[in-house]
Amino acid sequence: MECEFSILIVGVGGQGVLLASELIAAVALKSNLDVKKSEVHGMAQRGGVVSSHVRIGHRVHSPTISYGRADVLISFEQAEGLRAIDWIKEDGVAIVSTTSIVPAIVSSSRELSYPDEPIKQMREKAERVVSVEADMIARELGNPRLVNTVLLGVLSNHLPFDAALWREVIEAGVKAQFVEANLAAFERGRSVEA
Amino acid sequence: MKELMSGNEAVARGAFEADVKLASAYPGTPSTEILETIAAKYRSVYAQWSPNEKVAYEVAIGASMGGARAMVTMKHVGLNVAADPFMTHSYTGGGGGFVIVCADDPEMHSSQNEQDNRHYAKFAQVPMLEPSDSAEARAMLLAGYEISEEFDTPVMLRLTTRISHAKTVVEVGEQVTTQPKKFAKEPAKYVMIPGFARGRHEVVRKRLAGLEEFTEQSPYNYIENNGSKVGIITGGIAFQYAKEVAPELDYLKLGLSFPLPMKMIGDFVKSHERVIVVEELEPFYEDQIRAAGFDVEGKKFFGHLGEYSPHRVAQGLKDAGVLTEVSVVAKTNGSPLFPRPPVLCPGCPHRGMFMALKKLKVAVTGDIGCYTLGALPPLKALDSCICMGASIGNAIGMGRVDGSENGVVAVIGDSTFLHSGITGLLDATFNKSNVTVVILDNSTTAMTGGQEHPGTGRTLMGGTAGKVDLPKLCRALGISRVHEVDAYDYDACMSAVKQELHSDEPSVLITNRPCVLMPERIMDEPYVVDLAHCNGCSACFRISCPAIAASDETNDHGHPKAVIDETLCTGCTLCAQICPEEAIVLKNQMVKV
Repeated sequence: MECEFSILIVGVGGQGVLLASELIAAVALKSNLDVKKSEVHGMAQRGGVVSSHVRIGHRVHSPTISYGRADVLISFEQAEGLRAIDWIKEDGVAIVSTTSIVPAIVSSSRELSYPDEPIKQMREKAERVVSVEADMIARELGNPRLVNTVLLGVLSNHLPFDAALWREVIEAGVKAQFVEANLAAFERGRSVEA
Repeated sequence: MKELMSGNEAVARGAFEADVKLASAYPGTPSTEILETIAAKYRSVYAQWSPNEKVAYEVAIGASMGGARAMVTMKHVGLNVAADPFMTHSYTGGGGGFVIVCADDPEMHSSQNEQDNRHYAKFAQVPMLEPSDSAEARAMLLAGYEISEEFDTPVMLRLTTRISHAKTVVEVGEQVTTQPKKFAKEPAKYVMIPGFARGRHEVVRKRLAGLEEFTEQSPYNYIENNGSKVGIITGGIAFQYAKEVAPELDYLKLGLSFPLPMKMIGDFVKSHERVIVVEELEPFYEDQIRAAGFDVEGKKFFGHLGEYSPHRVAQGLKDAGVLTEVSVVAKTNGSPLFPRPPVLCPGCPHRGMFMALKKLKVAVTGDIGCYTLGALPPLKALDSCICMGASIGNAIGMGRVDGSENGVVAVIGDSTFLHSGITGLLDATFNKSNVTVVILDNSTTAMTGGQEHPGTGRTLMGGTAGKVDLPKLCRALGISRVHEVDAYDYDACMSAVKQELHSDEPSVLITNRPCVLMPERIMDEPYVVDLAHCNGCSACFRISCPAIAASDETNDHGHPKAVIDETLCTGCTLCAQICPEEAIVLKNQMVKV
């Protein structure tokens, strides 16, 4: 396998999945590695499932990850984490935010239901599941939109890039007035216990 | 300099480097960002949205006739709309180089079909380039202009979703300088009356013969020899998937894929024990190669439907007996989870009209736009979607045969109406239909991300524009019953539709609330659920608003009461209007109670 890292990021439209994958790709590019990333725009922006594939290596061919071959899964939402858990390798890591978003199609239905304890079910399927109170941390930092940077902080513990490089990319990738808060969110993510 | 670019961004960059003078388009996923990037970053290229793909194509032909390099971009189904000029433009060719950038959508991530537009290149007998990453998208666009000018032909650059929307590394270059020539009168070339067109058809056949030689030498068709007995012929994104899972095989990679380099292919087939074709969607290469008398296999292992992936290609190669071990895992069927389809946004002005139409149990013909999402549960208020502008004609026909018990209503967005709904309405006047049409006017092209159109008063490049007046336009088309309706007033939507259903002449209702996201985000005071009054009836859940969720409290039957996410609620009031318990109120109202 020529590709060294495959990262799958999933969430619900509007959660900031695409910005997170942009920043990961930027870190890899700055490390002089080949990068490809792929996601689907359009319908997915309207509250549907959003997924972004990031692949990093010396020479990457496919912009999408093979099923069961992701090194890391990052999920912005619990049930979406469960939906995507089989994409990771046997020794892959799943990083999942404890956020849950129940769609109207479920609330209005007598037949459909939101799964019970999705993170527990993820643990039954994968050995390394890191659950992150990303919403709570972001709220503590004063901005709910910091969730994606918290998750990137957690991710940085599982990828071979210097924290300084991540900080540089975050500084360049977010608006000036939000740099400080994002760097704080990144550090909080880094300190989450695996 | 190396940059990470999407295929669409790379095409935009290529247009700049090729010194394209005019680029026109109608937005359509996955092609939209090409022109948006040009307008944002490469201002030397004049870029414009046209009302539809046919007009966009014709505008670009004009620029090319006038000697400038021109580009037109569209999604795959857009070329159906532009097929009329496209087919004859092949005969005329032009002055300045001309490239049609056409983005297919295998898997239908955001489309109504997954037609394989490579057939269009063969149909029109124009050369086609198929990039397999962003670097090739840029390079092939530049090459496309050279081919176009050398052979006096439009050239198709065929993208797919995974090329348009995947980001890969691109090495950018400098802009070339072109010297546009002015238009020269050449009736035998440009005036396609039968006498002249017959002559041009001959030119097309000769041109194709020349291109058949040219494609054999193109650097975009090449062989990668790794010494295997099995060879793979592939192109586009399928090349990347195959390389990913079977790097040890020999490859014939197709880039200038119409006309096919049949000599090169023949030699490749003869020098291998077995050759397998890997291509997404239709057997475009495979059928032509077999028709040329070469024994290749392909579709039977990989299938025609949807998009490919590394694991799908690996599985196909395993089924073919080429790979013994598949390094990818077969997809397991884990516990099925609830679906999470895309939905109308909180505060979407389409919601109120759909609630009314659902209540009236009418047949609702629709077409393409955010409003197509009204078809999904729990709203389930839209009953058909064929193509852009289809709603009006569909409703006219159904009404004519009295085909719906409770009547029929056509719904169409403002951008779609201006794209191809106007002629439908003209049919209603002309043929004395009593059709009821609702124009869901949210003053933008919302589904593709909020692009300008002739009703917005703004252009792609940021200028002010002439603005069509929809009510006046409808009246000019011969409709005398034209009424505006407040999309946030459920009762008004109900009574307006009811009234027009009973009228014996055609009528148009125009809703008047802008999109809540674009061009500006609209946020009014949010509403809250007074749990003391909520009885868990779930009426508000059925309007499918993402801001309304189940709370932890339940009613006596164990059904959840509702809660509103104040960060999502735009204060549109629709849920408050339909709540039978009047439990949805502004926060300060609740405190008073």
